Amino acid sequence: MTYLSKTFILCAGLALAACSNADRFGDSNTVDLNSSGGAGAMAGTAQDPASPVYFQQTIGDRVLFQVDQSTLTPQAQATLDGQAQWLLTNTDYNAVIEGHADEQGTREYNLALGARRANSVQEYLVSKGVAGNRLKVISYGKERPIELCSNEACYAKNRRSVTVISAIPSS
Amino acid sequence: MRVFLSLVLACLVWVMPALAQNGPLRIEITEGVIEPLPFAAPDFVSDNAAGADMGRKIAEVVAADLTGTGLFREIQPDAFISRVTSFSSPVQYADWKAINAQALITGAVSVDSAGKLVVRFRLFDVFAGQELGQGLQLVGTQDGWRRIAHKVADQVYSRITGEAPYFDSRIVFVAESGPKDQRSKRLAIMDYDGANVSYLTDSASIVLAPRFSPDGERVLYTSYESGFPRIYVMNVGSVQRRVLESQDGQMSFAPRFGPDGRTVVYSVSRGGNTDLFRMDIGTGASTRLTSAPSIETAPSFSPDGTRIVFESDRSGTPQLYIMAASGGEAQRISFGQGRYGTPVWSPRGDLIAFTKQSKGRFHIGVMRTDGSEERLLTASFLDEGPTWSPNGRVIMFTRETQGAQGSASLYSVDITGRNLRQVPTTTGASDPSWSPLQE
Repeated sequence: MTYLSKTFILCAGLALAACSNADRFGDSNTVDLNSSGGAGAMAGTAQDPASPVYFQQTIGDRVLFQVDQSTLTPQAQATLDGQAQWLLTNTDYNAVIEGHADEQGTREYNLALGARRANSVQEYLVSKGVAGNRLKVISYGKERPIELCSNEACYAKNRRSVTVISAIPSS
Repeated sequence: MRVFLSLVLACLVWVMPALAQNGPLRIEITEGVIEPLPFAAPDFVSDNAAGADMGRKIAEVVAADLTGTGLFREIQPDAFISRVTSFSSPVQYADWKAINAQALITGAVSVDSAGKLVVRFRLFDVFAGQELGQGLQLVGTQDGWRRIAHKVADQVYSRITGEAPYFDSRIVFVAESGPKDQRSKRLAIMDYDGANVSYLTDSASIVLAPRFSPDGERVLYTSYESGFPRIYVMNVGSVQRRVLESQDGQMSFAPRFGPDGRTVVYSVSRGGNTDLFRMDIGTGASTRLTSAPSIETAPSFSPDGTRIVFESDRSGTPQLYIMAASGGEAQRISFGQGRYGTPVWSPRGDLIAFTKQSKGRFHIGVMRTDGSEERLLTASFLDEGPTWSPNGRVIMFTRETQGAQGSASLYSVDITGRNLRQVPTTTGASDPSWSPLQE
């Protein structure tokens, strides 16, 4: 069937095109703290306050949300105060704020809910003085859970925002 | 992709549903069928050697289509008394009556000098001792033999139920693999029964919720290939795609075509707020339809294009609303206990299918367009995302199992709530969209 072979060739073409086009902002400047190899690729250590590893591990790159909510708990605000401080000090870095939801709820609603959560983090960081143009938001809805069980213990950790640090390209 | 360029409805007059109604062989689906109608579908006779294997395969697909509805029951060939060795010889009604075959489908297969597959078939009402409707001849490519079989089954289904058919249709969906936290997703397309799968994208980026155009030739979907969720439109035949909307700083998702095939309605998230927009995909001009601080998403047009049903949490929880296709005031239609989402208007216009979450369970349900007569058709840990068969009789949806090993698959259910079936797929599968009946 010529249709099928044509599809195959086109799909193969897509695959190649996509390889040169990374999933987020792309390329070597992105520090993907979720991927297994990401932390190892990061410059610095948890002891170096100017390093993304310090941001991720010592300050904390994520905050958690209540069911269906995007309001920031006092604990979340404390974490975000640290994030804001770090971003104000380390101006060579930008951040992408990911919003996530648990698996309860439809795909579409969770995308919108994740956007709300990421936005409330962005607004808080901006209110603490971080320039809005250094922050981008993205929602993954329920597409990227970190905990896999189907009960509240896992859901609570999946209802999160993650602030992903990336070095500003040097040009 | 015109596999069927040469589908020829040769010789014979199209059978009017009224004709079928005259005979006693009839399933009234709306009254609810408890006992499936027994039928016999002997291997189609091969008129020449080239068609030999096809005769059996086509009869099998026809039988699988009919039994898959839950309305028909196949009588196994080893019970047959008569053998059908010639398409034109008279039917031995007594032999088929004796094994209680109420309907008999006979057919013949050959390959013509141009290499085309030629299939003829007849449908008989055994107990009335007469043919139901007239014989029909279908011509297509040999590769397209399953489509011809589906066309035959569509004819049989229509003549006996009086309903529009749906077997010659396709499903675009998301093929899934890998664990929950690293799931890879590809756009895929297959026949309605799970056959002939092919992939439309690779797994490099997350893809979500493909939706067919009214002509079945294009698909709208959401992809993260730019790094952010954006809506793309793809030509299914050429696999060419383009981004529909890519304004910096906003995400777009949940697209769906209007019945004109030009208008697209979708959600945009900007500054944390999600609202509905519509776009003319010819000109790219977009119009804002809602402006509320709440979430507005999952829009679906009425079949006449005048109204849009959508999901909003403006009341505090996600509920269903209907507004004019131009926007403006919306009426809430869902008032039951629980959360409602992903409403989809039926092709007949009378019902809205939806996802409902209540007491920790998910359901697929239907209600009338004024919200009355709500009926839940399914229940599980996670059912979502209904799509209608072209004739509005069957709903397909995603069912996901729970826990760390949880995976998604496709199911279908009759709008009566009967005949729940898993749709066979070789990988995990989610977000089905049912094409219109193919030409």
